[in-house]
Amino acid sequence: MAEIKKKAKTTNPFEIIVEALFNFFENKVYLYAFIALAVGFLIIFPNVSSRFTQEIMTNLFFYVVVCLGLNIIVGYAGLLHLGYAAFFAVGAYTTGILSSRMGMDFWLTIPFSVVAAVIAGLAIGFPTLRLRGDYLAIVTLGFGEITRLTIRNLDITGGAIGLIGIQRPVFFGITLNQISHFYYMFFILAIIAIIVSYRLENSRMGRAWAYIREDEDAAAAMGINVVTTRLYAFIIGSSFGAVGGSFFAAKMTAISPDSFMFIHSVMFLMAVVLGGMGKIPGVVLGSMLVVLIPEVARGIGPYRLLIFGFLLLIIMLYRPQGIWPDKPAISAKE
Amino acid sequence: MAIHEILIQQLFNGLLIGSFYGLVAIGYSMVYGIIKLLNFAHGDIYMLGAFSGLVFLSIATPAIGAGWGSLILGMLISMLLVGLVGVFIQRVAYRPMLKAPRLSILITALAVSMILYNTVMLLSSGRFLPFRTEISTESFFLGPLRLTETRVVLIVAAFALMFIMHMFITKTMYGKAMRAISLDRDTCQLMGIDVYKIIALTFFVGSALAAAAGIMAGVYYGTIHFYMGFLIGLKAFTAAVIGGIGIIPGAMLGGLLLGLLESFGTQIPFIGTVWKDVFSFAFLILFLIFKPNGLLGRSESERM
Repeated sequence: MAEIKKKAKTTNPFEIIVEALFNFFENKVYLYAFIALAVGFLIIFPNVSSRFTQEIMTNLFFYVVVCLGLNIIVGYAGLLHLGYAAFFAVGAYTTGILSSRMGMDFWLTIPFSVVAAVIAGLAIGFPTLRLRGDYLAIVTLGFGEITRLTIRNLDITGGAIGLIGIQRPVFFGITLNQISHFYYMFFILAIIAIIVSYRLENSRMGRAWAYIREDEDAAAAMGINVVTTRLYAFIIGSSFGAVGGSFFAAKMTAISPDSFMFIHSVMFLMAVVLGGMGKIPGVVLGSMLVVLIPEVARGIGPYRLLIFGFLLLIIMLYRPQGIWPDKPAISAKE
Repeated sequence: MAIHEILIQQLFNGLLIGSFYGLVAIGYSMVYGIIKLLNFAHGDIYMLGAFSGLVFLSIATPAIGAGWGSLILGMLISMLLVGLVGVFIQRVAYRPMLKAPRLSILITALAVSMILYNTVMLLSSGRFLPFRTEISTESFFLGPLRLTETRVVLIVAAFALMFIMHMFITKTMYGKAMRAISLDRDTCQLMGIDVYKIIALTFFVGSALAAAAGIMAGVYYGTIHFYMGFLIGLKAFTAAVIGGIGIIPGAMLGGLLLGLLESFGTQIPFIGTVWKDVFSFAFLILFLIFKPNGLLGRSESERM
């Protein structure tokens, strides 16, 4: 984790700017002032923007929530997860079925979707993580496909058409049905996800994840139970996805198997890897890139995945730590 | 049809599909054995083989006519070309990552897979393309077994390729070098084996076999599609795990077994063809729980 490299004075303008910024935000007052400004701006944002922009921003917050969950698995624990959309689907369909078929209140369905994600996570994670970390990648890939096939073929999930008539959440007597409501809902959810991620990263568990990621054998020798610790990362991360899925279902009121394709798993992974695995600001940046690039550059439509594939390859070959810069050596003097 | 006729027919179908799985699984398993990489792009290599076969046939058919001759020639050329593509991918994408953290090389493999299938998707406009061979589709009976010329040739060719592969791995110097590298790469380097050359050769052979399987699948199903490699990549992994990953005869055995399980599994009324893929995935999970080293694997647990 703490690779403290002695860096020579750089002449690269990008690095000079980054270093200057890091030094600037070293002062906590500036940092908090900046965060307060950003949050303040985002709070008044729906009053000064169009519905369309709000829709995009809501989508961005949604990506931040889901990708922070994936980041726990990929970034903190160093496990590749290629079926994240399936856990997202588990959450969305649990809420969808309970809400549209049994008329359960939205907020009550959330614990159920977390429980469903934990069960699915255990069923997939336990046999796989016991063996080798890499097996998880392909087993989750398979699970993603199988989940999609299953919800397509079952009656209770509405088959290929999906579920309709999922109830809107009611919050203190207000039915959330405007885009600005969902904007604030996902905004709050994103802030909660950031705080939870931050607390997890700096917890005992978070340090154990970093240790296992860097050196599995040494971690085991220090008394960390590698399998259980990884399983925790997998389950906690999957639960994030399920909660994201529940809110997604409530926002859309209709869900179908097409929202949970392999492509979506790849997009979530892109956001985590592009910005920088294991770094919260990196994940936020990555989500911004993945959500905003296709909106800004409309023409790339059919080439989107090809471009993202090349980006992924280039990032891995030349900048595996992602776009978000690591802290420069100066700030790691403790 | 009487029950035993259905069973024999399903046995044949299972072996045929299973031999495709086996051919793809060999490459998967070899690469895993030698550099411990789950090569997600391997299914796409199979797809690439089918498309390159189709391109060759559409160019060559007017010149040398249709039939088995041009098909076999096309298959050999595609195997060579796709094998070289495999070596190129290995050189550009995987070789710089051999010393990097394992997560990086897995993501690289995913990136390669995305690049391959999206390129083919754009070139083929995402359509299902017919794979016409103009080989007689008349069926004849061998006892209770209904066969066509295509199916007989395909199954013979698949088993011949597996046999050649087995001989290559067990009887030649190169095969010996591959097996040695999968045991201990660093020691092999000390013993004077050109490790990178052998890794490149592994990718060549694995990709060529996948390409052959892709063309055979094209002939068998009659259509090809850019996404055809996705599921077979998963199936090949399942086959490799069933047989014991890193073990070549295991991959063939696993492939055949998975083919049989699927073809008999779909005969069980409750399962049916809709649940075929779910069924084989369930088998993967069961194998990972109860026999993680596979049928032919050693029982000792592996340490990284």
